[in-house]
Amino acid sequence: MKVVVDMNKCQDHGQCVFAAPDVFTMDDDGHLLYVPDPDDALRDEVEEAADVCPLQAIRIEG
Amino acid sequence: MAAGIVVAGASLGGLRAAEHLRAAGWTGRITVVGEEPHMPYNRPPLSKEVLSGKAPFASLAFTPKPATADVEWRLGTRITAARLDERTVTLDDGSLLPYDGLVVATGMRPRRLRCPGPLAGRHTVRTLDDARRLRDELTRPGVRVVVVGAGFIGCEVAATAVALGVAEVTVVDPLPLPMAGPLGELLGRALLKRHEERGVRFVLGAGVAGFHGDERVTGVELSDGTVLAADVVVESVGSQANTEWLEGNGLDLSDGVLTDESLRVGGRPEVVAVGDVARFPNARYDGVPRRVEHWSIPTDTAKHAAKTLVGAGPGPFAPLPTFWSDQHDFRLQSFGAPALGLADVRVLDGDPAGDVLVGYHADDRLVGVVALGGQPAARLAARYRAHLLQQPALTA
Repeated sequence: MKVVVDMNKCQDHGQCVFAAPDVFTMDDDGHLLYVPDPDDALRDEVEEAADVCPLQAIRIEG
Repeated sequence: MAAGIVVAGASLGGLRAAEHLRAAGWTGRITVVGEEPHMPYNRPPLSKEVLSGKAPFASLAFTPKPATADVEWRLGTRITAARLDERTVTLDDGSLLPYDGLVVATGMRPRRLRCPGPLAGRHTVRTLDDARRLRDELTRPGVRVVVVGAGFIGCEVAATAVALGVAEVTVVDPLPLPMAGPLGELLGRALLKRHEERGVRFVLGAGVAGFHGDERVTGVELSDGTVLAADVVVESVGSQANTEWLEGNGLDLSDGVLTDESLRVGGRPEVVAVGDVARFPNARYDGVPRRVEHWSIPTDTAKHAAKTLVGAGPGPFAPLPTFWSDQHDFRLQSFGAPALGLADVRVLDGDPAGDVLVGYHADDRLVGVVALGGQPAARLAARYRAHLLQQPALTA
């Protein structure tokens, strides 16, 4: 599974961090960091993260 | 089960309902009926990025999921009636659509001011077409805007209008402070100051008596007789539920559609409600059914209601409400239910003049936090989220 976040859209709401903390985190400045190729076992939580993103900036490929 | 499930409403709630029905194992037909001609799109940018021209309209559509490829979308179609005993809904062309399961996701529409005066030049912001029309008017040179209603949408529109270069932006509200209803006085005062510093003028404690102008609005007359010159008026005075089509079925439609703790409607196992039209009890709080008009609620309710409808027996519904609002260069970020703790509001961190985190308490228990400011404030609020999730339920 490949995760792509459109960083031009991302406004650091952090909702994805609650939904999928193994994949999405915030750095000390509150900006988003993420694992671009997470294990497939995390698919459900990554899909949830994509759904709860207010900017709909998260895309899952494969 | 040939009739399948009919989802009434094709906004975020309707879309998520279809997706979660598939996720919950429903393989039968799903028909989504929506009044707007557009596929489901994201509404929060309407009062901000769409109005300011930063987001192209096309960027708002939700990305379709493969599991819902065979969902039938009947757009530009209104449901005019429902007969729950017979399991049918009536469409605006007079045809009957039978169902085995029904999802009520028809949402809200803006409340309109019932005052004398012309209609032309008066706007609301709920749909994509609303935002397009308002943008066309706000970008005319020298335009004067009066926003009626100092709630979230009104204040967002006022902030966007200032950013667009509109020189005269006035917000009118009968209450003494903006957004004080949901957030209380402390943040209401802080927000008033921030908006005024950035060029928004407020006329508070004033109702609207009528509109001036012949064919088109030229002014807003207030209850004390004052007239504010206006080329464009934005009405953001709350919303009302789209439930007329459900009348005649013995349902409680006094504010949205009443559901039980599983989001079932009228005690029927085959009818559920999702999104801001659903008035549901939240096991996290006091058991009083409430509607919640937050972006996160359509997704939360759809997930739960889909399980109810396919008989997957979800536990008690207990979402942690969350909302945000971007205005000018600052953000409001909320977790929990601040409106339940307005009698006991405390600054938890920071200063109302800068980044601040405010806590709302009921029975000395933290029930909600709201951050105002930039990134640091939002981060602080997020840290309280886990704490809010661990709070015991309030007693009714």
